[in-house]
Amino acid sequence: MNRILNIVERHTHHKSGGRHGTGMAIMRKGKQFRWQRKDLIGLRDLTAEEIIHILDTARGFEQISTRSVKKAPPLRGKVVVNLFFEDSTRTRNSFALAASRLSADVIEFTKKSSAVSKGETLLDTARNLEAMGIDIVVIRHSAAGAPMFLARSIKACVVNAGDGSCEHPTQALLDVYTIRQMKGSLEGLKIAIVGDIAHSRVARSDMWAMTKLGAEVTFVGPPTLMPGNLDQLPVNVSYSLDEVIDKVDVVNMLRIQFERLGGNPFPSIREYSRYFGLTVERMRRAKSDIVVMHPGPINRGLEMESEVADGSNSVILQQVTNGLAVRMAVLFLVNQAAAEVST
Amino acid sequence: MTNNVLIKNGRVIDPANNLDKTCDVLILEGRVAEVGKANPAAEKSVDRVIDASGKLVAPGLIDIHVHFREPGDEEEETIASGSAAAVTAGFTSVVCMPNTNPTIENETDIEYVHRKGRQARKTHVYVMGAITKKREGIELAEMGMMAEAGARGFTDDGSGVQDPAVMLKALKYARMFDRVVAQHCQEDRIAGGGVMNSGYYSTILGLPGLDPLAEEAMLWRDIQLVRKTQVRYHAQHISTTGSVELIRQAKRDSLPVTCEVTPHHLLLTEECCSDYDTNYKVNPPLRAQKDVEALKEAIVDGLVDALVTDHAPHLQSEKELEFLSAPFGIAGLECALGLYIKALIEPKLLDWLGLIRLMTVNPAGIIGIDKGTLSQGRQGDVTIIDPEAEWEIDVQKFVSKSRNCPYHGWKVKGKVEKTIVGGEVRFETQKEGVVV
Repeated sequence: MNRILNIVERHTHHKSGGRHGTGMAIMRKGKQFRWQRKDLIGLRDLTAEEIIHILDTARGFEQISTRSVKKAPPLRGKVVVNLFFEDSTRTRNSFALAASRLSADVIEFTKKSSAVSKGETLLDTARNLEAMGIDIVVIRHSAAGAPMFLARSIKACVVNAGDGSCEHPTQALLDVYTIRQMKGSLEGLKIAIVGDIAHSRVARSDMWAMTKLGAEVTFVGPPTLMPGNLDQLPVNVSYSLDEVIDKVDVVNMLRIQFERLGGNPFPSIREYSRYFGLTVERMRRAKSDIVVMHPGPINRGLEMESEVADGSNSVILQQVTNGLAVRMAVLFLVNQAAAEVST
Repeated sequence: MTNNVLIKNGRVIDPANNLDKTCDVLILEGRVAEVGKANPAAEKSVDRVIDASGKLVAPGLIDIHVHFREPGDEEEETIASGSAAAVTAGFTSVVCMPNTNPTIENETDIEYVHRKGRQARKTHVYVMGAITKKREGIELAEMGMMAEAGARGFTDDGSGVQDPAVMLKALKYARMFDRVVAQHCQEDRIAGGGVMNSGYYSTILGLPGLDPLAEEAMLWRDIQLVRKTQVRYHAQHISTTGSVELIRQAKRDSLPVTCEVTPHHLLLTEECCSDYDTNYKVNPPLRAQKDVEALKEAIVDGLVDALVTDHAPHLQSEKELEFLSAPFGIAGLECALGLYIKALIEPKLLDWLGLIRLMTVNPAGIIGIDKGTLSQGRQGDVTIIDPEAEWEIDVQKFVSKSRNCPYHGWKVKGKVEKTIVGGEVRFETQKEGVVV
């Protein structure tokens, strides 16, 4: 039985980005592209050209991390605040390191909750930070829309480091960056994103970035972890990893976010891994050059077996390395756009 | 005393008497004395003569679903500020919901609201009592004593009674007195922590969705309970295509079921939430365009019994939060009439008789009050409307204490010119810039 439910006519979904692909570089030579956003809220609103521009900018920053002096001056004298209302190790450290490699001063601001009953509101926090004269706010928040709300309220640049189930743009950027490293281009690639799609901001940002760059994305997971109205989005949907695994060039295994799940969307971990775990056995049926990704942190043995996570197809650590270059690019670009606005 | 008023030459719209003609309305000692061609001598005997040429003269408007937040959240609204806002919008009677702090759940609470309403001297202020103590859905509140004290019905509005056995008990118990049992239909276990309609927009915005099924499942259940008990039941602020169909079937089966619709469910859709603007966060949530169309069709088909604002004032500081954390609610009382005209009269879905019926005699019937018409001997509650006056909604000019209104800046047609309660002019527009 073919479980792929929605084969969406792909061309209709590329209104903003267009199918640029390889023609991009030529086009950009003719017309000088200028990055103009002082905030990075999500990838839904970005064009393919803007996404490519971030990736190209990141490539220029890649070598900074391999030099003996791992620092460049573009953000010297600027203050970046890491405003994290949700737990994070990798994204927070990656942003902090990216900012300091660009010579910015970094303030860490960690807060468990922003509910009004528990103290200062997000708006008040933001106004206080603004009063300290900060330049860039990197925000992670459990409430979808919090970065947009913040960007509306303050003058400083706002970079979304993950908001609720909405978007995690820098994760998706580093994902497509890594795929480009491995495959050259995303044009025509088949990509499966597997797991808890409903609660995943990574799945949403990946969907926007990957489809805008010409890939065909399939969401794979149990129906209880699928959000509504996917037929209106540029993705295919499948409830069977087995039917998808031999057809895809890239598989991105999402972390099961136990903290976000409510009401047992699947009967047991054992049953989940049976149908949606990336096992050695499933890998045997995959293309030999399949790229295996995971946004981390991995629940080993649940989303994927250790042998797969540490195997030769896995690019999981490469993703982390690339995250640094991509975040440097994002901080660099928003700061530049803000400078242009103020002059 | 100004309780003797003659309103001359207005286009009198009185749906209860199927009247739509230009004539006079004479109010003597606070009651309707005559509708027709007034005796020239009457002009001398009244305290005031109002020329209503070119204006509509309707029975005082009635809103059976408002939140005036008193007691408990007086910084958001009080019965005085809420009824002052209501009277400027042409309402002469309002029904406060009992989800205050503490809950309106006994006769003392009912009397408190009535007293505050009388002291405010703006509109008639009625109130519904809670169905269950503290609106917890467990034990019945003192419905009998509240009915005796004048409660116009019962509801746990803000949430629905989850347990079907408790709801069945409430409906059965309500047989003892002729009062409506009203429900905010929402099956919480389906609703989960939803903050907007579930669908395409909740998916891309990453916000937890409120499935239309949460509303429809409870409405379906309640209709089965009404089928058994035959007690008067009122579905509050229905918002989905499925709910319309359930109401259609219930009415076809001649069950004692009525329903109401808000202006925001007729004019706004889920797409409005795209920028996470919390002024669009309301419960039931703004739905899809097809639901808006279904509600309008239901109104045209006569399935909807009342138009209500569900006026739900909140402080700006409460609404200036993440969409997830901000409270539900729209403060829409003061622009209600203009919005109904935009939604229903301008696209010619209803004529004036049809619109005024849903704002007067029909809601009066649901809550069982002897109002909403200009029949002789009734209390002299009259709203005079300039149907052609265009104006811009400006939340800064609201009489209400709150400003959480997404219609700021909208241009609407139709303005209340005078609101008369018991023959007393309680509100009239100032003639700005007019040389007298």
